Amino acid sequence: MPKRDSRMDRTPSDTGTARLADPPQADFEHPEPSGAAGDRRGPVIGSSQSAGVLPDDEPVFGAGTLGGRIGPGRFADRLLAGLSSGAGAFLVLLIGLVTVFLVIRALPAITADKSNFLTARSWDVGGDAPDFGVLPLLWVTVLISLVAMVLAVPVAIGIALFISQYAPARVARPVAYVIDLLAAIPSIIYGVWGIAVLAPKIQPVADWLSGHAGWVPLFKDYNVKGGTIFTGGVVLAVMILPIVTAIGRDVFERTPRANIEAAWALGATHWEVIRLAVLPYGRPGLVSGAMLGLGRALGETIAITLILSKVSNTGAFSFSIFNGGETFASKIANNAAEFNSPAQTGAYIAAGLVLFVLTFAVNAAARWVVNRRKEFS
Amino acid sequence: MTSLTVPGPLAATPGSGWRKTKDRIATTVIYACVLVALVPLVWLLWTVVSRGLRGITGDGWFTGSQRGLTYRDAGGGALHAIVGTLEQVALCTVISVPIALLVAIYLVEYGRGPLARATTFMVDILTGIPSIVAALFIYAVFVTSFSGQRAGWLVSLALVMLMIPVVVRTTEEMLRLVPNELREASYALGVPKWKTIVKIVLPTAMSGIMTGIVLGVARVAGETAPLLVLVGYSPNDNNNLFSGPQGSLPGMIKDQFGNLGSTTILRGGHKVSVHYAADRMWAAALTLILLVMALNLLARLIASRSKVSS
Repeated sequence: MPKRDSRMDRTPSDTGTARLADPPQADFEHPEPSGAAGDRRGPVIGSSQSAGVLPDDEPVFGAGTLGGRIGPGRFADRLLAGLSSGAGAFLVLLIGLVTVFLVIRALPAITADKSNFLTARSWDVGGDAPDFGVLPLLWVTVLISLVAMVLAVPVAIGIALFISQYAPARVARPVAYVIDLLAAIPSIIYGVWGIAVLAPKIQPVADWLSGHAGWVPLFKDYNVKGGTIFTGGVVLAVMILPIVTAIGRDVFERTPRANIEAAWALGATHWEVIRLAVLPYGRPGLVSGAMLGLGRALGETIAITLILSKVSNTGAFSFSIFNGGETFASKIANNAAEFNSPAQTGAYIAAGLVLFVLTFAVNAAARWVVNRRKEFS
Repeated sequence: MTSLTVPGPLAATPGSGWRKTKDRIATTVIYACVLVALVPLVWLLWTVVSRGLRGITGDGWFTGSQRGLTYRDAGGGALHAIVGTLEQVALCTVISVPIALLVAIYLVEYGRGPLARATTFMVDILTGIPSIVAALFIYAVFVTSFSGQRAGWLVSLALVMLMIPVVVRTTEEMLRLVPNELREASYALGVPKWKTIVKIVLPTAMSGIMTGIVLGVARVAGETAPLLVLVGYSPNDNNNLFSGPQGSLPGMIKDQFGNLGSTTILRGGHKVSVHYAADRMWAAALTLILLVMALNLLARLIASRSKVSS
């Protein structure tokens, strides 16, 4: 597939801009044929890189849009170039604003906090002397997401292999579509279904695990029925399954034909082809897919809010997946109706800020893995 | 891939003995994965359809509201919720689509240098931003800083942040699929760049762009977190996006879920326990799923008529 050719965008217009902007003699000082300028700036003909990662010498925001001729088209050209780069700048500004506003609103609450915001386990934000910390929220958020990952990633890899390597096209397409349907179901419906229908059915699994491995802190029984981190993790696993599957499918389908055929030619079985050619090739993609799923799991709000039972945070710290709790998102959602004083709201915004930083880091890392791979392939 | 090492002696037939067994196990596990994924999907859809069907086929579901109804009362409709959801999503779409299209055009047709890189990165970050954080941001700006009141339009603004990345991603992909020959032919005829984009590139990619928009709408229609933070739930009709609490389908599900309870009635001389709120909750869930699924099918339909394909 022919990708965009940067020379096409630049050649006529860049030189045109130079002529318009420079004094007349400028043309004599730089007597290069038009087109050479564009070439020299490094056209990426046929490159598979996206525009976002194009190596470039200089920013040419909208400059390429000034037509060589002066006419009525010029204003419209400028307008579209300005509007579209303005929209791009708006997005950058938006993320900046999110950070700024969350920090501004969260800082007063954090400074007023009596105990350490990151390590305290209490949550008392109503009175004059707020005393709160996010440690339990952080723990539950991370634990529930990890449970979801442990359950979802292997299954997602299996499905991605099925779609890309095992099934014939007329089976693979419907299966891919059906898996995508999982992503289309609104999360509140997952939540309602998870707590009302799924939770009672998987309770025996939880009972069995805590009965046989209860001495492990992770599986300690807290006598919470249904609304446990375990149930939430299972539901989250279903919700992130389509994301991880989609990315896995994508990378597996790109395995070079030659690698696969070489493995076949060596007499490998189908599984050996996958283990020797497909999986090693797709590993970075899988890592980033799993991290995107993790990012989604960390921020999931309403399903978790409906499922998790709130528990008190006094007493010994609970490590168990068979306990209730609150994540960042569910803490905010549970108390959203009672945002009264700025100080109180600030505490929740501070919790939201930590969640934002967490998901930002995970997503940025995932993209970094993807992009680094792009540069090599 | 630097080297391929196949363990064990290579038999003439691909796989033998233990290797063959391993292959069989792997195949079984991989097929099982697909079945495992289908279980929750079928189970969930079956639950929602079987429990919600009676509700949405009942009298007045699409014409009435929940005004004054408790879990002890039967009936009532979801019109207030449907109207609220449609209004909020419509406003969100009207705001998001122009911005998202411009961003995609920028990234594909103009984007160079640090701003383009930053924009791509920000689209990625927006894709992963939790909806509750988007809601908190809108709250921090409009309610805390400008002391506004919670209302439906704030939800739309939060949804804009969630919808833009979806539309940008699909549109960007579609614009890249437009063959460069089309652009070059247009330039060769002396058509300026803006006209090439507006009259050649966009129309060619139009069905793909529509798909992206519809998918974006489907993505935000079921969002609940912004509703909790930015607007109160009202069981009454409120068609005004800009003031007062407003109903919505996710809000209605949440509301009914919070008021579950059973009541005993006499039916045919016997006392039976009925769950009106639960019935309405599943009916609202079914309505929402039907809405979202219809949008998804619409997206598929538009996509299948696409002029460009990958």
